[in-house]
Amino acid sequence: MSANVSRRQFLKISASLLAAAGFGGGVFERGGLLAGEPAVADGVRTIPTFCDICFWKCGAVAHVRDGKLWKLEGNPLDPLCRGRLCPRGTGGVGAHIDPDRLTRPLLRATVRGEEQWNAVSWDDALGFVAGKMEKIKAEHGPEAMALFSHGIGGTFLKQLMKAYGTPNLAAPSFAQCRGPRDVGFRLTFGEDPGSPERTDIANARCLVLIGSHLGENMHNSQVQEFAQAVASGCTVICADPRMSTAAAKATWWLPVRPGTDTALVLAWMQVLVAEKLYDADYVARFGHGFEQFAASIAGCTPEWAFVETGIRPEVIRDTAREMARHRPATLVHPGRHSNWYGNDAQRSRAIALLNALLGSWGRKGGFYTPAAMDLPDYPHPPYPKPSRPKVDNPGKRYPFAHETITTGIREATITGKPYPIKGWMVYATNLMHALPNEAETIAAIRNLDLLAVCDVIPSETAGWADVVLPECTYLERYDDLNPELFREPFIGLRQPVVPPPHEQKPNWWIARELGLRLGLQDHFAWNDIEDYLGTRLAKGGYDFAQLKRDGIIRGAPQPIYFADGVQPEFPTPSGKIEFWSQQLADHGFDPVPRYEAPEANPPGTFRVLYGRAPMHSFSRTQTNPLLHEVMPENAVWVNAVEARRLGLRSGDRVRLRNQDGVLSDPVPVKATERIRPDCVYLVHGFGHTAKGLKRAYRKGASDAQLLTRYKTDPLMGGTALNMNFVTLETV
Amino acid sequence: MARLAMVIDTRLCVGCADCVVACKTENDVPEGFCRDWIVEQVQGAYPTPRLEIRSERCNHCDHPPCVGCCPTGASHVHRYGGVVLVDHDACIGCKACMAACPYDARFTNPKGYADKCTFCIHRVEKGQKPACVSVCPTHCMHFGDLDDPESEVAQLLRSRPNHALLPAAGTGPRVFYLT
Amino acid sequence: MDEITSTRMNHGIDPALHVWGWEIPVYLYLGGIVAGLMILAGYHILKAGRQQEKVSYPYAPVLGVVLLSLGMGALFLDLAHKVQVWRLYTTFAITSPMSWGSWILQLVYPALIAAAILHPPERVPFGQALLARVRGWSAWLHDRPRLVQTIGLANLGLGIALGIYTGILLGAFGARPLWNSAILGPLFLFSGLSTAAALMHLLAMVQRRGIDDDGYADALLAGVFRLMDPTHCRHIMMRFDASFLTIELAIIALWLIGLVSGSAVQQQAAALILGGAWTAAFWAGVVILGILMPLLLQGLELAGRIRHTVIPAILVLAGGFILRWVLVGAGQATGWN
Ligand SMILES: Nc1nc2c(c(=O)[nH]1)N[C@H]1C(S)=C(S)[C@@H](COP(=O)(O)OP(=O)(O)OC[C@H]3O[C@@H](n4cnc5c(=O)[nH]c(N)nc54)[C@H](O)[C@@H]3O)O[C@H]1N2
Ligand SMILES: Nc1nc2c(c(=O)[nH]1)N[C@H]1C(S)=C(S)[C@@H](COP(=O)(O)OP(=O)(O)OC[C@H]3O[C@@H](n4cnc5c(=O)[nH]c(N)nc54)[C@H](O)[C@@H]3O)O[C@H]1N2
Ligand code: SF4
Ligand code: SF4
Ligand code: SF4
Ligand code: SF4
Ligand code: SF4
Ligand SMILES: [Mo]
Repeated sequence: MSANVSRRQFLKISASLLAAAGFGGGVFERGGLLAGEPAVADGVRTIPTFCDICFWKCGAVAHVRDGKLWKLEGNPLDPLCRGRLCPRGTGGVGAHIDPDRLTRPLLRATVRGEEQWNAVSWDDALGFVAGKMEKIKAEHGPEAMALFSHGIGGTFLKQLMKAYGTPNLAAPSFAQCRGPRDVGFRLTFGEDPGSPERTDIANARCLVLIGSHLGENMHNSQVQEFAQAVASGCTVICADPRMSTAAAKATWWLPVRPGTDTALVLAWMQVLVAEKLYDADYVARFGHGFEQFAASIAGCTPEWAFVETGIRPEVIRDTAREMARHRPATLVHPGRHSNWYGNDAQRSRAIALLNALLGSWGRKGGFYTPAAMDLPDYPHPPYPKPSRPKVDNPGKRYPFAHETITTGIREATITGKPYPIKGWMVYATNLMHALPNEAETIAAIRNLDLLAVCDVIPSETAGWADVVLPECTYLERYDDLNPELFREPFIGLRQPVVPPPHEQKPNWWIARELGLRLGLQDHFAWNDIEDYLGTRLAKGGYDFAQLKRDGIIRGAPQPIYFADGVQPEFPTPSGKIEFWSQQLADHGFDPVPRYEAPEANPPGTFRVLYGRAPMHSFSRTQTNPLLHEVMPENAVWVNAVEARRLGLRSGDRVRLRNQDGVLSDPVPVKATERIRPDCVYLVHGFGHTAKGLKRAYRKGASDAQLLTRYKTDPLMGGTALNMNFVTLETV
Repeated sequence: MARLAMVIDTRLCVGCADCVVACKTENDVPEGFCRDWIVEQVQGAYPTPRLEIRSERCNHCDHPPCVGCCPTGASHVHRYGGVVLVDHDACIGCKACMAACPYDARFTNPKGYADKCTFCIHRVEKGQKPACVSVCPTHCMHFGDLDDPESEVAQLLRSRPNHALLPAAGTGPRVFYLT
Repeated sequence: MDEITSTRMNHGIDPALHVWGWEIPVYLYLGGIVAGLMILAGYHILKAGRQQEKVSYPYAPVLGVVLLSLGMGALFLDLAHKVQVWRLYTTFAITSPMSWGSWILQLVYPALIAAAILHPPERVPFGQALLARVRGWSAWLHDRPRLVQTIGLANLGLGIALGIYTGILLGAFGARPLWNSAILGPLFLFSGLSTAAALMHLLAMVQRRGIDDDGYADALLAGVFRLMDPTHCRHIMMRFDASFLTIELAIIALWLIGLVSGSAVQQQAAALILGGAWTAAFWAGVVILGILMPLLLQGLELAGRIRHTVIPAILVLAGGFILRWVLVGAGQATGWN
């Protein structure tokens, strides 16, 4: 096997994965293609693939017994999962057997949102979508179509949309997820932490978690490494208004007042600088604007931060010294879902700077430098150049947004400005749960000529669609290859392990069929998916049969730390770590992060916080029979003393009413000592209102429904969601 | 004779229930039932509560009352490892064993027989670890022979503070929790 | 206070153990009555021997066979794996009270049948030929006093064993603190005796009144048992009743004292009937309705202060069932956690 490994900057990699490669030759050679025979033992066939219950893409091995999917285990060859899946991955079997699945293409029978359907043939459904898309293109131009997608399954629809001519392709993973973090880190180091994050948790001697609730946030490798770190005695410092699972394992739990983390981080940095505990050598070699930075934070003493955060000054000092003691193996975790309070890119930048002071970027136990394997694109003609720029960020009002802002497209769809959006293709994202303020999403949908939703279950968003395209689950299809950027480079293959149970089709087939109907056959020159995958692999010099058999092709391990010879590169304007940012100053923002106090709770209310449960992914797994069983509904966490004051006991059912009068479905109370008195907490993804989701219908409360207010990050357009306040009403 | 036992590190367990889901698929545990489960116990008050998370299951007790009370001998101590098992065919579904187990570890399988954790003896006899142990993403579960002083479980119990559940019930549980 | 949550939600096990529904209380109840009937019959056989033709409990053994079969029917209904039921009667597990029970039950049948043969009824509506045959066996038996004595002893002994077993079955569960007491054996034994006596008492009364009485239930019972030998022994039976009930009450008191002075888990378990969910059923149903009221009423009847009715007997019978029902129900809800 020839593994062509390259180390590239994150920016370039992500760009190249998205960007159009030039039209080129390269005829697919059948010669190298032998169907990889799956292993059979005791009448059980084992077929490797990779998981899609979240976006971590762990290698899985499916065990098929008597033609039925029996179980999923981790692929031991996969460096990402190291042979172990998370509960959702293990429970992936439930996605296949879920009786609530979509089975046939559906056309809307009555008004939007009523969930009344006529089952139609694929030909009719695709004909309908293609017809509408032609009409939109003719009347409003191709840019009037937008694609919302999430995950690797969106690849072919993205290709379709680019070929069709629209630049408006967005995922909630930016403006609702890691966008602020990525921007904060890019402004500082020139690169972002990536996904999977380049965090060297396994080797950290001191791990600082700011919100990141590893263990509930079940991103597999991180949880495995977190456990490894805890087992080896790593100091864990966890700032979270709620005693998360991770906080319960921590040496220090800092129950920080919600929204005041920037003050905490600034105070930590102030201690490191004032007590000269930072990595002066590292800062001198790689830092830019340290003096201005130091001057700017000089007043951010622990005493000052105490007033804001509620964390005692001596605790701030002790934890700062502890961080310094272990540097550079002190990892201040960058977090991931970072859309909290509207100044999130700056908070993330503060976190990046704290890491810079500790010298953890590029160092063992801090942030490693990942590598990926070279994998050429499938050759295709150049995409047409859209005649109008992306609609989401007119006039670059969010100057540092480097991806498309979902909520920007939504806004344009409502206002028609800068130009109207008339069609949405929605793939594998449940916008009703993913975007804040449901009412705005519905208002936008009302302006559409076409809403096509491709999903596996009848989600809330599918409920609003004109046409629903039922996809087969990841266990029943091929997807594009995954050349992962990780500690160690590898390519992962997703391949079908069982056939789809009904008329569901894979995304590549749907995209290609639409492409053919839209006259874009040049962009879908391949005959079928194996042709496409085989060609890419052959061009890269990899063996498809081996990949089918093993699920993984690994490249040679590369050095991943500066100390091992990785060249420190900081693709910032100064080429250094920017303690002081000219870019930010140029756009009228603070060049060094400053603390902004969060809005105070209106009297008698609790701030709504939300997060993950390890056994569920967002709003997508609640009908999965296996995962439903281990957590059938969420509960609202209420501080035990507050609960007593309100006369509530664990198990009592309440409704949450937010500041705008929105009332949640009934949800049991979890009266607990594990949360501050000023906030309540819900696991995200529950409280489904789509009638087709029978198992999950109206079980628990939806955080998304309550998040009617959001604040937009001025740097990058992310929607901060921790801005809502509720009271509790007994049912 | 070996005495198989499980040792679970509560410092690492994150309560993710992977062990529960893996058991369900591995052993075709019917919907609505589980052979293992997660218990979260909080002691103390805000702002300094302590949390213990445990993955619980049948303790494969040294003195299993579920075996003693079984009228048909369906519940028995397996010849290998002292694992407490139910012979599905011999079980009449009288449920005495369920009433006898202080841990409520058993249930009636809809097919009629008493069901519970088997320590995945079908895997163990092939040299594999139990499904829950092999899946746990935090590697917090350990499995082995208590009677072998060199085994991982025996060493862990010697070197780390630990407790078992309801020792006062006197059943001699063999699932231990490191603290 | 500890906050505890669990993901387990096994049907029949959570939120509280509930593996046994109505079937097991019915089984224990009927088993208890049968035990009482056997003891009364055995005692009578030993005492009266062949001399006494007119026995107080001539139908006790036949009734015993019927009630036992009903009880075993209830047990069968409870079993979740019915195709395997034969194993209950073909295996003997020495440590299992349930297995002991299954063997006691298997011995009880022949003992009851033998006792029935000893005193066949005088008249039957059908099957005269069979009655003649039985009379022949009866005479054959009566010619062999040692055998008669053995049958008496067997009924007495097996009755005691059966009565105690219905209590030990629960009492042996260390996992259920409410049950876990050896005193449940005697308690169920005496409850069985009092209910058996009450049943015989009831039947005797119903029989005496005959079908021309207006009460429908009475008439029905009288119709069914019209063949019953009309003996006028209710005073004796009342005394039996009263002493059984008094002993039962004393045992309940001892049992409760044991619980509340026991370990923390036992105290917790006792709380269920001393203020918890099962308190009303236990005190109102078992103690007041099933014991104190009948004692009072029978006392007044004996003193001639009120008319003699079937009410005390019915109360005792009801109380006996409620005792099983409360114990089976509440006991399952107790545990070590
Ligand atoms: N209120 C609130 N909003 C949030 C968050 C929050 O915590 N609270 N989290 C934010 C974050 S961090 C993120 S990353 C986003 C996530 O947002 P989304 O990616 O939209 O997540 P889900 O809500 O799970 O919606 C995924 C949809 O894809 C469908 N799906 C699953 N598998 C497949 C498949 O194989 N094919 C197809 N076609 N469809 C599939 C599911 O059925 C589901 O309807 O949400 C963001 N929004
Ligand atoms: N099981 C599971 N795992 C997942 C996912 C899933 O759906 N299911 N989704 C994945 C994805 S896409 C993402 S983005 C990540 C999200 O996971 P993370 O990046 O870990 O998300 P956070 O927003 O940090 O997590 C919420 C935590 O932040 C705390 N918090 C809330 N407000 C504040 C505050 O003001 N300050 C501080 N310090 N803490 C606060 C909450 O109490 C909660 O513990 O999870 C990933 N992992
Ligand atoms: S982290 Fe879990 S759900 Fe996500 S890909 Fe891996 S196994 Fe699947
Ligand atoms: S799989 Fe491991 S970490 Fe997860 S709950 Fe079970 S024992 Fe705990
Ligand atoms: S835990 Fe319960 S079922 Fe398991 S051996 Fe002990 S008593 Fe028996
Ligand atoms: S239910 Fe089965 S295993 Fe349990 S005691 Fe009865 S016969 Fe034995
Ligand atoms: S040992 Fe096997 S049967 Fe027991 S809980 Fe673990 S997976 Fe289930
Ligand atoms: Mo996310």
